[in-house]
Order: sequence, then structure tokens, then C-alpha cells
Amino acid sequence: MAHMTMIEAIQNALDISMGRDEKVVVFGEDVGYFGGVFRCTAGLQKKYGKSRCFDTPISELGIVGAAVGMAAYGLKPCVEIQFADYVYPAYDQIVSEAARLRYRSAGGFTCPLVVRMPAGGGIYGGQTHSQSPEALFTHVAGLKTVVPSTPSDAKGLLTAAIEDPDPVIFLEPKRIYNGPFDGHHDRPIVPWKKHQGGQVEEGYYKIPLGQAAIRRPGKALTVLAYGTMVHVALAAVEEAGVDAEVIDLRTLMPLDAKTIMQSVKKTGRCVIVHEATQTSGFGAELAAQVQAECFYHLEAPVTRVAGWDTPYPHSQEWDYFPGPARIIRAITGVMESVQ
Amino acid sequence: MDEHAPLSLTVPEPEVRPGGEPDFSSVKIPRAGAIRRPEVDEDPENMRDLAFGIIRVLNRDGEAVGPWAGTLSDDELRQGLEHMMTLRTYDARMMNAQRQGKTSFYMQHLGEEAVSCAFQRVLRPGDMNFPTYRQAGLLIASDYPLTTMMNQVYSNEADPLRGRQLPIMYSSKEHGFFSISGNLATQFIQAVGWAMASAISHDDKIAAAWIGDGSTAESDFHAALVFASTYKAPVVLNIVNNQWAISTFQGIARGGSGTFAARGHGFGIPALRVDGNDFLAVHAAGKWAAERARRNLGPTIVEYVTYRAGGHSTSDDPSAYRPKQESDAWPLGDPVLRLKAHLIARGLWSEERHTQLEAEVLDRVIASQKEAEAIGTLHTGRRPSARDMFEDVYAEMPPHLVAQRHQAGY
Repeated sequence: MAHMTMIEAIQNALDISMGRDEKVVVFGEDVGYFGGVFRCTAGLQKKYGKSRCFDTPISELGIVGAAVGMAAYGLKPCVEIQFADYVYPAYDQIVSEAARLRYRSAGGFTCPLVVRMPAGGGIYGGQTHSQSPEALFTHVAGLKTVVPSTPSDAKGLLTAAIEDPDPVIFLEPKRIYNGPFDGHHDRPIVPWKKHQGGQVEEGYYKIPLGQAAIRRPGKALTVLAYGTMVHVALAAVEEAGVDAEVIDLRTLMPLDAKTIMQSVKKTGRCVIVHEATQTSGFGAELAAQVQAECFYHLEAPVTRVAGWDTPYPHSQEWDYFPGPARIIRAITGVMESVQ
Repeated sequence: MDEHAPLSLTVPEPEVRPGGEPDFSSVKIPRAGAIRRPEVDEDPENMRDLAFGIIRVLNRDGEAVGPWAGTLSDDELRQGLEHMMTLRTYDARMMNAQRQGKTSFYMQHLGEEAVSCAFQRVLRPGDMNFPTYRQAGLLIASDYPLTTMMNQVYSNEADPLRGRQLPIMYSSKEHGFFSISGNLATQFIQAVGWAMASAISHDDKIAAAWIGDGSTAESDFHAALVFASTYKAPVVLNIVNNQWAISTFQGIARGGSGTFAARGHGFGIPALRVDGNDFLAVHAAGKWAAERARRNLGPTIVEYVTYRAGGHSTSDDPSAYRPKQESDAWPLGDPVLRLKAHLIARGLWSEERHTQLEAEVLDRVIASQKEAEAIGTLHTGRRPSARDMFEDVYAEMPPHLVAQRHQAGY
């Protein structure tokens, strides 16, 4: 075991994948010589050469469109979009092309590519460096969507994503690149290097897509979260003093419905937490599935805690961010609810 | 098997990386005054050469020479110098303020001051710039208050954008400065649309589009060129080639085309290439392009050849990807020093007056900064209310947002 930041774990997954399979290629803006603005591709160009890790022109459409072509040829591109907020020029290539290539060619052409992108806020990035666009991808048939919450998961899930036969959107919560975050922005953070959760297996391994992880077992209610919000939810649960079961979804599509439903049937209460805007967010899908599967077990309405339905503001970041206070309020509300 | 070797991928590389000696010998620089100045209504087919030279007015002795000289009065030149010095001082203070934690982020213009400060002089009230994040000189040269700029950078209570936008993403309709997006290149085609609207409305206003060398790779740039070409939109399509897109040298975006300006040729758009560190050349080229737009002759591409002497932003350390001394080796010099030398050569300026003006500018910037900081900075003083966060999502706040605002306690 080694201690790694999430950045190092991602770099390590790319390194191992490139070493194992020469079909894996990595490219994007600033990812070559410089190693990425967050350093996730550091050293890869030097180790594997410019044909397998290179800088691209600033064209997200170009990056993903070229990746679709390469994937169709038989390579396994794992591309970086510098910030999730910049992915929209590539949206057509993702939605109309990558997601449907297998379907429209009846399997004649496939698209095994990964689109990595840092997402989420909490870094004073304003509206163009803070968004959580996962629901824009989970809504698209043919895409898989992954959001890790620990370095170890990031490595295992990214390895699985690269080996997956279909296109995978890999959203990296940039707020927890260097250390977990409990939602209290005014407190110092513990870096992954000094955190139990920063332990990462050194060799090759993968974590299958579609498996949630129970981060805290409990009986009183179920909290569903992913990415940064897993850590915020865990902290909020402790502060609320409630015996909650906290489930880290890890993969949004395919969704580990079994783990979720088993938990909610046991606890009878469910709070869903995500940073993205609430309306039509992924929480809406979760709430719909939970009420359909667990209706007769529910003791309280399924409740969402999410970003407000506004663009991500700059200076009001911590008023926007669904932090511990709002999660505790939701938990308290759900616990007090009597059917 | 045929006789060819297996294929291999070409990935362009800059000539020098950290540890190497800066080398700009491949940048072909014509002498000042050498590039011809065609009539604005000349057939674009006959002026393709202008996309490959560099229009320069100031020579090594600080003299203004050639057919592009003489577009600015003495007073305008002195004022231009003051604008550039103000921008540079403002940048230095704000960079420092960011390091002191008074704001989250900043982007400076070091070395590129002439481009925006000189270009603004070719516009008239009512015209509209669609800027990127490195054209604050457009605001300074149109007398936008420094304190207001700082209020935006500090996200304080007097920030006209109410704390919502990342620092330096200014917006002022009154000053012809379109809201900066933060996403790259999106504004380039919008400028074309704005110009088309002016033509549709039989107005006399023109638009100025702005983009960096790196962002010309975005599809928005190419869409802008085709729309501008098809509809002969009254727009100046400005490309600021400062050599670096974060860590990526300009060759990655330019690819096999000779220059960024030459991208216009496939669209039949005339294109000028200009010394971006020569205040007089920037103005002359901009004026020529603006006149074409005003006379309904259509769009013009202007590529400003300059150099980003500082980091991309406060989050960037350029020494990781280019030699530390590269900035000093840049052959087109420093725009402030070059204009200063010109004014001195003409007897319009002196070292003493320059030193005096430096002190005046610094005083003025510090006074504005004190005023802004008395209101507040990102983490101190009077700041926009969280209530503001819910405003302006729509013209009229829908019920679900009203409910969320109440939930948030406002």
C-alpha cells in the first residue's frame, strides 16, 4: 500500500493502463509536456512518448471527436477535458456519436473511450470552473458515468473505465483531489497523504463499474451521495448524531440499485445529497427509483439536498454549496417525520 | 507491403523548453515601415501578403515610419502611454492582492498592454467589444472607473456583477464591453451576430471580436469566420497571438497554416498581421479594419503578434513549460518602453515626466484600491448578499427559486 492523492492515483491508473495496453492513448489540453493543469498526466509523455500522450489544440469537440475515431479504429483513448465546465462543445460528439455508435451500427463499430474531467466546486472557481454536469450524461442512453470519492476508488474505477467496452464519463471531484472535505470550508483540510482514505494499492487492480460502497453502516436512515458530497455527508451524519447508513454510489450509470434498495428497506428513510442543481438532477432519478421500490417501507418522504437552481456563484460559494448545515437540517426533518 | 515506411503521428514541439536557451530566430520580423498599406476597399484577393508580414510603425530608434504611421495625435499618444502604465500598475496591485488573499484569482496583461489600450481608440461609443479575459485595457482606455474594476475583482458589495462572476470577468454594456464568459471562444461568433444585427437594423455600429491564439482551435472561431464571410458582417476579428495557451505553444493551434491571420484566406476575409507591442501599429491596423467595417466592406482579421510575459493566471507557473528568460528574449520588446522611447525621440516626453507619471499612476491606482477595499474584499467587509445569488437567473423569479431562496434563509 502507498499513500496517494487522488491526482496521483489517477496518474497511477493511467500509467499502469498505458503500460499494460499499448492501445491506451491519453490526450487533451496541456496534458502532454506539462502533465495537465492538475498534474493528472504528469510524466506520461516522457514515459510513453508523444504518440501516446500529447497536447491538443483547445477544441473539446476535437478532443472527443478524434477520440471517437480512434476508438472506432481500435485504440482506447482516455482523454481529458480541462474542466467539466468546458465539455459542452464536445457534447454533440458525446451524445450523438460516442453514446450511440454501437447501437446505430448494430455493434459493427464501438466506442471504448473515457472522457475524464474535473468537476464540482468549492474552490472559488465561479460558474466556469465549478459545475457538476453528471445528470447531463446519466440522461443519455449509451453512456456510463462514474464519480469517485477516494484515491483508491479513483484508481480502480478509472482502470475499469479504460477497459470498459463502452464510453465512460469520468467526473473527478476536484475539491477532493488533494484531501477529503467535510464541508467546513473554514477548517484546515487533512491531505490524503496523512489520511487513512489515502491508502492505495500500488499494482494493477480495478473496481467494477456499477458497485456502490457503504461508507458507514447504520440503521436509522440512508444517505445517498457521491464524489465530494460523500465526505460532507459523513461529517454531517456524525454531527447530527444519527445512526445513518451512508452509501457512496461511485457509479451513477449503471446504478447499484440493489445496495440502495436493501438499505432504504432497512432504514425506511432516505436523504439524497448532491452538489449539482436540484431540478432534474440525478437525485430526482434516485428519488423516483427509491419510492417505486421501497414505497411500503418508507417512514418519511425521500428528501434531496442539492445545489440551488442557480448558476454557480463566485463569492456566494458557501451559500450555494449544500454543506453540513443543510444536510443536518434535511436529516433532522426526515427523522422527525411521522407517517 | 508497399514501399512506404509505417505511419507515425506528428506532434509539434516548441523550439525550446525549460533549461534551453530562448530562441526566436524563427520569428521573421520585417523592418518597421516595410509593409504596404492598401486602400480599405481593395479586393481581399489582392492583399493576401498582409497575413504573412508584421505591420510595424516604430523602428529601433523610436521613430514612426512607413505608410501605417500618423494615425494618432501627440495627445492621444501620451494618453495611450498613460493607459498602458495604468493597466500595468493595476495588474501588479491586483496580482499582489490575490497573493494576499483579497481575491481568489487574477489574470494580468504584462507585455500585452498595447493591444487592448490602442485598439479601444478606434471604436466609437455604441460599438461593442466581445473580449476575452486579457483585454482590460479596453475598459481602462474607455475611462471605466478603476475602483469599479477592483470592486468586481474583490467581489465586494459594490461589484456591479454582485459577486457572481470570477474576478476579471467584467461586463459593461455602457462601455461597450460584453460580459466575459470564461469559456473560450464563445464570444467570437457572438460578435459576428451582434455586427449582423447592426447591419440588419441599418445602424452604424460595429463589433470587435477577441480571441487568443490557442482558442482559434475552438469551433466557435471557425463558425465566426464563415458567418462573417457569408454576411460580410461589420466586425473586426481580433486574434491576440501571445505565443502561449497555458503550457501549449502557438504551433499546436496553428498547425500547418503559416499564420493565424492566414486562416481568414479560406473564407475570403482580408487579414492583417501586426506588431502587438507597437502601440502605433495596433492602432493603425485596428483603424483600417474598423473603417472597412463601417463602410460595409465586411470583416477583417487582425492578428496581433505579442508575448504573454507573465503566467496565464495566478494559478499558473510558466517556468514549468518555457525557459524563464524567454520573455526577455522576445524580439518585439516591451510596449510601454517602446511608446515611451518614441515620445522621447520626438521631444514630447522625458525620463523625468515618465517617472513623475509613474508615481501619479501608482497614487491613483492605490487611491482606487483603498476606496474598493474600504467597501470590502472577497472575505472581508461589505459583500454581496447570498440573496443576490437567486436574482437574475430569470427576469422573473419562478416559484421554485423563491422557495429555495426562503429555504436558504433569505
